[in-house]
Formats: sequence, C-alpha cells, structure tokens
Amino acid sequence: MSAKHAQAPWNSPAPGEKQVFSVPELLVDRPTHYCPGCHHGTAHRLVADCIEELGLAEKTICIGSIGCSVFIYNYLKVDAVEAPHGRAPAVATGVKRARPDAFVFTYQGDGDLASIGMAEIIHAANRGERISVVFVNNTVYGMTGGQMAPTTMIGQATTTCPGGRCQDREGSPIKMTEIIAGLGGTVFAARVAVNNLKNITKARKAIKTAFECQVKGLGFSFVEVLATCPTNWKMTPVAANDRIEAEMIPYFPLGVYQDIIAEREAACSTRM
Amino acid sequence: MPAKAKRIFVKGNVAVALGAVAARCRCFFGYPITPQNDIPEYMSKLMPENGGEFVQAESEIAAANMLLGASAAGIRCMTSSSSPGISLKQEAISYMAGSELPGVIVNMNRGGPGLGDIGPAQGDYYQSTRGGGHGDYRTLVLAPATCQEAYDLIIEAFDLAFKYRNPVLLLGDAILGQMMEPVTPWKPKKTSDKEKSWCLTGKGKRKHRLLKSLFLEEGALAGQNIHLADKYKAMAAEARAESFMTKDADLVVVAYGSIGRIAKSTVRKLRGKGHKVGLFRPVTLYPFPEKPLRALAKQGKQFLTIEHNLGQMVDDVRLAVRGLADSDFHGEYPGNLPSPDDFEKPILKSLRRIKK
Repeated sequence: MSAKHAQAPWNSPAPGEKQVFSVPELLVDRPTHYCPGCHHGTAHRLVADCIEELGLAEKTICIGSIGCSVFIYNYLKVDAVEAPHGRAPAVATGVKRARPDAFVFTYQGDGDLASIGMAEIIHAANRGERISVVFVNNTVYGMTGGQMAPTTMIGQATTTCPGGRCQDREGSPIKMTEIIAGLGGTVFAARVAVNNLKNITKARKAIKTAFECQVKGLGFSFVEVLATCPTNWKMTPVAANDRIEAEMIPYFPLGVYQDIIAEREAACSTRM
Repeated sequence: MPAKAKRIFVKGNVAVALGAVAARCRCFFGYPITPQNDIPEYMSKLMPENGGEFVQAESEIAAANMLLGASAAGIRCMTSSSSPGISLKQEAISYMAGSELPGVIVNMNRGGPGLGDIGPAQGDYYQSTRGGGHGDYRTLVLAPATCQEAYDLIIEAFDLAFKYRNPVLLLGDAILGQMMEPVTPWKPKKTSDKEKSWCLTGKGKRKHRLLKSLFLEEGALAGQNIHLADKYKAMAAEARAESFMTKDADLVVVAYGSIGRIAKSTVRKLRGKGHKVGLFRPVTLYPFPEKPLRALAKQGKQFLTIEHNLGQMVDDVRLAVRGLADSDFHGEYPGNLPSPDDFEKPILKSLRRIKK
C-alpha cells in the first residue's frame, strides 16, 4: 500500500472494486463535528478539491474566522491562522502582503462577514486584494445558538427575533454578493448552493474560478455558498435542504454577479 | 555605531519610521490619527522604496489585524497609532498575544479620555502595561524619552518581538512624536529571526501549521496560560532604566518618557541649589525595572513619582519598594504641558516630608 493510500483508506478500492468516488488527500480523516445535515462539510470538501486540483496545497494559507467555520483548520491539511471575529479579510491582507506568493483564502460565515466584518470585507474587495473569500451563508449565527444574522430571512424566527424577523424593525437580509460585485477590486463574485448535485457541480466550478483569479494575480474573488443550519432552523436535514430551494434561492438568486477575468487578463498581458 | 555617522534633524515620529526601516520592517499598516501621522506618511514612501508593503487600512481595527496576518507569516511588521486608535487595536493585540505573534505597535499617547486632545499625556500607562485588551497577557513596553532613543528602541522592538514571539509596544507621546532633535541613524547587524519553526509559509513538504488562540480541549487553555506566564517571567531579563544622580540622593524622582526628561532638567536645577535629589527613569515599562528601584529603596531613599496622568505608574513604584519605602505622587493633568519649573514645588515638598 502506498503512503498516499495509508493516509486515506477510503481512496483504496479493494481488488476487483471500481472506485467511483474519492476524497481529497487534503481532508483530514476524522469524524465530523458538524451537525447532521449541515452544509459546512460539503463546502470544506469543495474547497479541498479545488486547492488540490489547482496544485496549491503547498502554498496555501487559510484564514479561519469565528463561528462554526473556525474549525475548517481541523479538516484541511494546510497552514492556517485564526482571525478575530469578522477580521479575516484584514488578516488575509496582512498575510498576502507579507507573502505575495502564497495562496491565501478566508472561510467565513454570515454573522462574521456580513455583520461585524462588513468594513473589512468591503475594503479588502475594494482594494482588490489578491485573496479569495468563501462566504458560507446559512442565515443564522450557528455556533452561538441561533441568533438573528444580517442574512436572516423576513419572518424567520431566531432566538433574538422569536416572532420572526420584521423588515420594519430589523431591516432586510443583506445580499452580500451583489454588494461585493459592485466594488472596484472584485474580479469574480458568484453565489452558489450545495443542496443538490447540479448545484454542487456549479459551486465547485465557481470556487475553482475564484481561486484561479488569485493564482493569476487578477484581483479579489468571492463565492457565497447558501448553506443549511438544521439545528438552529429547527428542521430535519431533509427539510433544511429543501428550504434552500424553496426560500433562500428565490431571495438570494444563484449565479455569477461579477466576472471581469478576461478583461483583466487582457489588461495584464497588454501591460507586459 | 560608526565613528563618523551623519546626524539628521528629525521629529520623533520620523525617527521611529527610519528606525523601523533600519530594523528591516517589511510591512506597515497605518490609519490617520494625530499626533502620529508622520509615521504612516513616511512609511508610505519608505516601505515601497525598501521592498516592503504599505497599506492604509480602513480602520485601526483592520490595521492591527493586518499586522496579525503579516506577523503570522513571519515578516517584520509594524503599525502605529495614538490613544483612541490603540484602544481599537486591542482586540488584535490580545489575539496576537494568545497566538504568540511578533508584531510592533507604536502608541504616541495623546490626551484622553474619549477624544481628549492631540497634546501629550501618559494616560495609557495601565492599558500598555496590563495587556490592554481582554484576557491575561502582557506586551513588552518600551518608553523612549528622546528622538535618538526612539530610533534605537524601535530597532530593538523588532528583535524583542521575535525573541519572545510576542507583541512589543513602543510608548511615546505627542511631545516625542512632534519635537525635532538631532538623531544619528545606524543600521543593526542582520540577525536571523526565529521564524522557521512556527510561521506560516504554505506547508511545502512539511506538516501543516496552525496559529490560534482558541483552546477548547480540557486543560489546553490552562497549559497555554502557564506557558505564557513562564514567558512573561523570562521577559524580566529585559528590564531597563536610567539612573541619574541617584547615588547620594535622599529623594528619587521616578518618571518615564517625556516627563522623565522634563523631570531630569528639574533635578539638575535643584542639584545646583544643593538639594540631594536624583531621577530614576524606567526605559522598559513592562517588564517594570523593579530590581534597581528596590535596590535604591534598600539604601533608605524615598520616592516621588511624577506622571502626566492621575497616577498609574506610581502603583508599580509602590509595589517595587513595598515594605522598605513609599512614593509620593505628582500628577500633571492631561491637557497641560508641563515645564521643568512645574516640578520644582512638588519635589521640594517631598524633600521636606522626608526630612521630618
């Protein structure tokens, strides 16, 4: 058995078996701590897939954030640093400016990025920092027990808006991808979901494209992943997964909101 | 220092910027606030000229977090601000202390509380020497009194940051930042930072690394705090102070930074009149130089602490001399700009007290 297989037994088909599904070597072999039906695991896997496919593992520095997403560093075998709540884009800026050859990405939830970290994300995007951001939006503060987030849907009940979010009192859910797409330094911005195979395929493509933007040195790239939080939504995993399609996608439409990759590439080649 | 070094005439803020470049600082993250603006302004030119990076951040919070990132990458980096801005940086400084990251932070202390004014003050002594943010941690604190000392200490700040893997604070004030003096620049010998074993570079062929301050497993946080406490104890080796005419003094004035320097003039003047008074000026505020101070107390001397605040360092002086002597206190209120004459009366009053 090769060293590679020794690390990940799931990637070793027995004689006579055909492997139809494999797990990235970059993922740590450990039981997940995420709740049943949570989409973080899928998002982690897609990130690991893209890093591996692009051959970036050895030069990757991951910036963790605060919330459930902080534990991405327990699942990915890459260098990582923990940022204070909301500050991951500023920490990423420092890392990338210090080590321009590294591949630097942040992985942040909606409370972290769209509430306390609003200034940091907007300005990192506007400066066109050569970093990539994976933004996991599950409309709720998960780790702290299900409080209202800036992305909580109108009418959605949380522990701090028990009667449901009221537009008049708490405002509307913030559409981050649309905001980020309009900023000068953003080269690529997309919203994806991982609720079914079709969407997972699109999500993988978007994350890979975002990462490629950084590798080519084109500018800031951003992917919002709509995700479930069955525990705090007080739903079964299946019902939570269905809610993505039924409630979230109509308000947070999927798609590519900014893509000036070709334009930037042309500008870069002209300059050379 | 080379024999024929050329002298330059610069502000304290500029001396800090030039010293940082001489110390091979490669990343600077700034945000405007008076009276430290010369530092980011100079660094915006000096960093690119010296192969480094300058970022004007969107806030002091962001600047401090950029510092966290660059120091996690093992690069010599710095941020500067003044009191209200330093309050905002405390979140990141706490995380840096918890994750053991070596950044340099400059505070040109201004009047407070709140927006205060843009003049000199020493109101940030507690904040500087007690960690400053949440949690139980310490940063090394260096307090220069001249532009030359600011240049020298900022160079040392980078070495200390890497030696201890800890944030280092240079604490000046509006006097130091804004006054101009001759400075003899010098370049330190290249030292190798102890960065290889911990900093983030991308894992390459080695095992991946993680820098964090979250310790949830049972016993892990206590272990980390014990480790940090041991480190802070080891820092005591860095304690340093200037003793001026203390040998035969009956009364020793204790003052730091600009106020220490102003008090020195008063001490000199009173010596001229035959008063047996000396000056003890802590150069490191954390670690506080309690051993030499206690040694003076053992010789039977009494103390007067003079500060540009309502009384903060005086606590450390009293702790250092406890059981042997005591310290009077004279506080110049932030908002006032004291002159050597202002310290004469309080010093004479303390002298009268101890002679009784």
